[in-house]
Amino acid sequence: MTGYLSDVAALARKDLVVELRTRDTVPAMLLFIVAALVVFHFALPEGSSRLAAGGMLWIALLFTALLALVRAFVGEREEGTLDGLLLAPCDRSAIWLGKTLSVLAFLLFAEAVALPAFALFYEPLTWELVAGVALANVGIATVGTLLGAMAAATRARELLLPLLFLPVALPLVIGGVGATLADEPGRYLAFLALYDLIFAILSWASFEYVVTE
Amino acid sequence: MIRAYGLGRRFGERRVLKGIDFQLGQGEFLLVTGPNGSGKTTLLRLLAGLLAPTDGTLEVEIDRGRVGFLGHEPLLYRHLTALENLDLYGRLYRVSERRERAGMLLERYGLWEVRAEPTASFSRGMMQRLALCRTLLHQPELLLLDEPFSALDTQGAELLDAELGGNGPRTVVVASHQPERIAAHSTRRLALT
Repeated sequence: MTGYLSDVAALARKDLVVELRTRDTVPAMLLFIVAALVVFHFALPEGSSRLAAGGMLWIALLFTALLALVRAFVGEREEGTLDGLLLAPCDRSAIWLGKTLSVLAFLLFAEAVALPAFALFYEPLTWELVAGVALANVGIATVGTLLGAMAAATRARELLLPLLFLPVALPLVIGGVGATLADEPGRYLAFLALYDLIFAILSWASFEYVVTE
Repeated sequence: MIRAYGLGRRFGERRVLKGIDFQLGQGEFLLVTGPNGSGKTTLLRLLAGLLAPTDGTLEVEIDRGRVGFLGHEPLLYRHLTALENLDLYGRLYRVSERRERAGMLLERYGLWEVRAEPTASFSRGMMQRLALCRTLLHQPELLLLDEPFSALDTQGAELLDAELGGNGPRTVVVASHQPERIAAHSTRRLALT
């Protein structure tokens, strides 16, 4: 178990170091989500309800996450380094978990800017919203990383990933919007936690088959 | 150690490798030759476990962690330094004293001075040397080398010659367009057509 966690930590750390040096993903995510929130702010009619604002936030979060997910395995595939990882004796699910953790870190970076921006342009933040975003992040990262690995193996990866990911992520939007706006957010937060658990197990167990040719 | 019976691999409709039979024991050195497109790279990727056979059977009685594979790509991260790349692979391969081992290989292959530079700044030849360091880092029992001399200068080729010469109990499979370079080391040959 210690070896497994050490592999996961080494792989996640590698992704963070590479991102720190290349700045390929996080700045693009930050720019996109802030730009989206600004555009939505002016696109929504004066006096629009908090319901509309909450929905807009979740759309922006989901499409921002796609930027990280599309890039998660592209470099590994293009430079052939995924083969290097697959050759290593570590459990292949550790590759998925390391990548999931780095995607999660990128999402947190983006949201650390996006949520205050949302509070500035739209509505004050509530604990339900923050908890919903935190739980949705886990679901986005777990299932998105798996689908990102699938899509990266194809030439039409930028097209394929949204086609695969958005339908699977719909429950996250429903749960997230519900947690943000409903009178009983607890039910929706529990739904998000259940989604995270199910898809984390499925993704963890199936990653090996996704990357085996 | 390695047994292949009727081994084949297809990619969609295209059959790249067909009906390959061979056995290889510990310490043997197999030279694989053949023209472009004959399936040399595919055979090595099958042996490494990066591809699964579509026909026949392949038995490789060796732990995945004891295989060293050098392919056409160096399998290195361009934005990590030489030392960081070897450290990452050393961790994943559970190499004891990985820093000492990485340092020794970098010295041997003439990369110690550039150990702290990102490999994006390396020439093709330097990348090939570092890829060799990565391949040898965990002291593999089965060494799979695909065109290992490509991009190496005279000094690099001599270092690799010396490495292959001191083979010991290690099993080696080399695919090469320059069989004359390897012939002195090889104990078996497999010609793909």
